[in-house]
Amino acid sequence: MPRVGLFIPCYVDQLYPDVGLATVELLEQCGCDVDFPTAQTCCGQPMANTGCTEAAKPLARRFLEIFRDYEYVVAPSGSCVAMVRNHYHDLVHEHPDFEAVHTKTFELCEFLTDVLKVDGFPGSFPYRVGLHQSCHGLRELRSGKSSELNVPGFNKIGGLLESLDGLQLVSLQRPDECCGFGGTFAVSEEAVSCMMGLDRLHDHEQSGTQVLTAGDMSCLMHLQGLIARQKKPLAVMHVAQILAGRKPQLPA
Amino acid sequence: MTSATAHRDHPETAAEFVANDARAHWHDQSLWFVRARRDKASQTLPEWEELRERASKVKLHTMSRMADYLEQFERNAIALGAQVHWARTPAEHNEIVLGIIQKHNATRVVKSKSMLTEECHLNPFLERNGVVVTDTDLGEWIVQLRNEPPSHIVMPAIHIKKEEIGELFHDLLGTEKGATDPPYLVNAARQKLREQFLNAEIGLTGVNFAIAETGGFVVCTNEGNADLGVSLPKVHIACMGIEKIIPKAADLGYFLRLLGRSATGQPITTYSSHFHGPRPGGELHIILVDNGRSNILASPEFRRSLNCIRCGACMNTCPVYRRSGGHSYSTTVPGPIGSILAPTRDAQEHASLPFACSLCGSCTDVCPVKIDLHNQLLTWRRELALKFLVPFDKRLGMSLAAAVFARPWLYRVGGAIARRVFPWLPRMLVYNRWNPWGRQRELPEMPAQSFRALYARRKRNHKVPSDQKPASR
Repeated sequence: MPRVGLFIPCYVDQLYPDVGLATVELLEQCGCDVDFPTAQTCCGQPMANTGCTEAAKPLARRFLEIFRDYEYVVAPSGSCVAMVRNHYHDLVHEHPDFEAVHTKTFELCEFLTDVLKVDGFPGSFPYRVGLHQSCHGLRELRSGKSSELNVPGFNKIGGLLESLDGLQLVSLQRPDECCGFGGTFAVSEEAVSCMMGLDRLHDHEQSGTQVLTAGDMSCLMHLQGLIARQKKPLAVMHVAQILAGRKPQLPA
Repeated sequence: MTSATAHRDHPETAAEFVANDARAHWHDQSLWFVRARRDKASQTLPEWEELRERASKVKLHTMSRMADYLEQFERNAIALGAQVHWARTPAEHNEIVLGIIQKHNATRVVKSKSMLTEECHLNPFLERNGVVVTDTDLGEWIVQLRNEPPSHIVMPAIHIKKEEIGELFHDLLGTEKGATDPPYLVNAARQKLREQFLNAEIGLTGVNFAIAETGGFVVCTNEGNADLGVSLPKVHIACMGIEKIIPKAADLGYFLRLLGRSATGQPITTYSSHFHGPRPGGELHIILVDNGRSNILASPEFRRSLNCIRCGACMNTCPVYRRSGGHSYSTTVPGPIGSILAPTRDAQEHASLPFACSLCGSCTDVCPVKIDLHNQLLTWRRELALKFLVPFDKRLGMSLAAAVFARPWLYRVGGAIARRVFPWLPRMLVYNRWNPWGRQRELPEMPAQSFRALYARRKRNHKVPSDQKPASR
């Protein structure tokens, strides 16, 4: 029974608790012994991405200490995992726990497909689903083939989703363009960020998306914010919620 | 009197471009069209990824022995009869160019596209010194006529609509009013440029690739204007950044195959003109320009940015560039690569550029010479913070957030209070002009409880045997 330390990004903990619960349920369904160490807060990504490396370092050290004793660390977020796996080196490469922790930290869907070798989930989700390929999961963790590269195609999140009965993945005009969230970018470059988000939504609307999903709640928070303001008829769910059998709240 | 224009940061200039929604979308779609053509063209080569890998390796190797290769190039170019000049700064470069022009008592120069001369602000310098300089690349000429810098390194006039070009040509060339037909306008430009070609005394070009082994160099154009520009005048001046050097003629194939496809989706640029020494009876001057490049070479973090072959693919793919336009970067080379290069020259002036990026990484995956662009932009953010060039409010915000995150109890209590209080706040208190998030977006709905609270309750309900918990050291 793999012992998994659950890494729930701070904003998911505070704002999207059901995404965390869905993650626990999925991992337990797959036979994992899941534990949520409550001392965790934030991995330090917002600080590091803003250039404030010194502010991020103590958080990175805390993270390593909290998670060092687990067999695996799993998070429902490609972006936070990419921070640990690809960028902790710049912050805490000299830490004795760095090497072990950064190699055993996984994004939920890649953990399910690559480590647990899960092919799919039972259950049905009879909706047209638009998968937003969050950039950090896609291009930093390689959760799928990005449209720029000429390598054989694969899609870890899409593969899991398509195992559900009745689920139909829509094809987008621009399959993996950024939604415009980008952390503090969403605020400091508000004009471009919102234009990017609205363009992504337009692509999904044109392609017939009913439920918009992603492996990262942060992208979805930005897109949901635009959807809510514009009252667009799109439901938003994290991929963990769909896989765990939640039903969408579709507009009447 | 000099008019000092206050420098403006990217968010401000970008917001202006975005405010014209129709134009911003038109710009985005034009460039996405080029990106899609690039995808198709690259997919016709099964060896695409291998080409990228080899080109990147050639460049990295070259950088490890840059001085040797430059000296080898100089020796071989001189042996072919060229005169080689070295310039550390734009000012030195411009003086060398002017010196050559004046030595020949010339006043009329035709210039093919060269981002290096843009970087050195050569045109205004020559004009101040009584030289008439004409850009002969059509796009470059259009922006010259409009008295503005190029907005893209491969498609300098991509931000201008054909209606605007029709008006410009009507005013300056006397074309029919309201004419927007591209072949008609191109023909009018061709007539006018032909006069310039015929009257020119000096032909000036850039350099795409300089080959150490042979002392020759290659200039790539789609209009053949570089060849035309150096065919009649006796004097050819070629201006190159020192990073254009490659070791061998055999390496050239990788770059030529990658360049056209990455830039515009063409299999190859229409003209790849090879120059080996001056034409009989003529003079060939090659100016090798540093302008900060050796500083980049000396920095391990940014060295790889010298791989750049100036194809512009990172601009075409960048969702921020496509929507904010090249001029919003206020630098000669805009977009992702420009946002790395510009702060190496003046970190303070260009401090906002590494933040004009959502770190999506598309530029890194599209780059034909494998520059890890988005990682270098992230590294720049760290460097800027070290130089205290990240805005104070951003730094303060991050320090406060880090202080909260370092204290789990404070984070828990703070979160609980925020979730309780927020839903009760009047809308105008939350959505005001100090909340950029809320201008076009709603904030997330606040759940009653955090995940950790729900998880604790769940755990109480189904007890986990304590021996299954991970042992702590």
